[in-house]
Amino acid sequence: MAINAPSEWLSAQEITRAVTARRISAVSVTEATLARIVQHDPVLNSFTDLTADRARAKARAVDAAVAAGQNAGPLAGVPFAVKNLFDVRGLPTRAGSKINRDLAPSPRDATLIERLEAAGAVLVGALNMGEYAYDFTGENSHDGPSRNPHDVTRMTGGSSGGSGAAVGGGLVPLALGSDTNGSIRVPSSFCGIFGLKPTYGRLSRARSFPFVSSLDHLGPLARSVGDLALAYDAMQGPDSDDAACTTRPPEPVAALVAQDISGLRIAIAGGYFQNNVTPEASEAVARVARALGAMRVIEIPEAARARAAAYVITTCEGASLHLDRLRKRPDDFDPAVRDRLLAGAMIPAPLVDRAQKFRRWYRARVLEIFEAVDVIIAPATPYVAPKLGQVTSMLDGVELPVRANIGIHTQPISFIGLPVVAAPVPLEPMPIGVQIIAAPWREDIALRVAHALERSGVVAAPRPGGF
Amino acid sequence: MTTDPLDDYIDAVSKALGLSIADAWKPAVRANLEISLRLAGLVDEFALPDETEPASVFAA
Repeated sequence: MAINAPSEWLSAQEITRAVTARRISAVSVTEATLARIVQHDPVLNSFTDLTADRARAKARAVDAAVAAGQNAGPLAGVPFAVKNLFDVRGLPTRAGSKINRDLAPSPRDATLIERLEAAGAVLVGALNMGEYAYDFTGENSHDGPSRNPHDVTRMTGGSSGGSGAAVGGGLVPLALGSDTNGSIRVPSSFCGIFGLKPTYGRLSRARSFPFVSSLDHLGPLARSVGDLALAYDAMQGPDSDDAACTTRPPEPVAALVAQDISGLRIAIAGGYFQNNVTPEASEAVARVARALGAMRVIEIPEAARARAAAYVITTCEGASLHLDRLRKRPDDFDPAVRDRLLAGAMIPAPLVDRAQKFRRWYRARVLEIFEAVDVIIAPATPYVAPKLGQVTSMLDGVELPVRANIGIHTQPISFIGLPVVAAPVPLEPMPIGVQIIAAPWREDIALRVAHALERSGVVAAPRPGGF
Repeated sequence: MTTDPLDDYIDAVSKALGLSIADAWKPAVRANLEISLRLAGLVDEFALPDETEPASVFAA
């Protein structure tokens, strides 16, 4: 017999086990989730849309399947929400903007939503984000900022800010985000949760609003490595609707994450990645390195130039994407986004071409490193979450703009599409993440290392007070 | 009266692209462009072999 029980702070794995065993109903999990959102979101401001009717219908279908003895899927009854750049059937895909609210409602869900729902998960809504994903703060001039559940006066990080707040605050166990230069890893770091930015091309981006096509990735955010793996497995697979999506067959990881990691060669990123960090970021990397017994320090060559090239490609491709909107509706942009995009439209083409050529060179050098190591550890962010509205921050004794520097450690990694797990180190009072970086297509290795660290207690998603 | 070459450049490119930039936005656009050009310069000064292929992604 199904029983109704509170579902707060349960993991996706716990929920699906309980739903499948009929110890709890998907409907009761959904109702509890919707109630938590109503209770806490006025503070967190993480949701922009609730899909309550749809969620209830899906939950009833899951319960009916379980009652009929059918396989309700590996994510049976798990509530999830998506950054509002994913197409959700019946909603305009606002992508954090005012302008896109005028779009017609989407006729069909994004591929990743379809795949999670096919696995039994229950979509409960769409999440706040920085405008057009050109953001590291989680602030939004149209919808207001999403707020960090560990300190609501601080940033969530962006641009998947609502995803960070909703998972970190326990409103949902699972959310989807996008990461062009760090937008999954940054909110994971600031909000104290796990995030997976898979290899470029691994997960379909079909029916999501783009930003920089050669850098855009989608991926999950959750409070445990097991939940990341569960969601990631459900979303893998080729998709002809995304030209960049791999034709490799799915490579499931959930059964692999608990494997022993003693044979893995793990190094710490030195040089660029040890500069421009606060003591908190250094401490997080040191704790992880100690737990892994990682003594070796390697230098990723020309990382500063890689970050510069990613910046140039981003601003130029972003400007190209939005050029017509910049012509017709410049007043309707978030001013900070508009001014960066206008500047991006003015980069001479040869400089962008050189950035793409440098990218090829840099990729080859970094892949050489992976002949000798399996995993590289680096900070996810240079500091813990800044205060909302904070403009500058001290780094290595120099006062620097916050917005431009939040992603300095994530950009050189996504620039060449490497898979990364952002894992939270539960420092007090604010958590901060580390990047666990693997070679292309080796998400399994990054997740195994994250899982070993989670098991040892060195990384964990801490439950914030009041949530 | 002398004008700043970067301001002239912004005016010329915005005209060529059909972009209207309000006077109030110009300092921020200019500041962003200065950052972008400085970072692009870091890439520009790095010598690459002539044969280097760009890494923008396209699969036919």
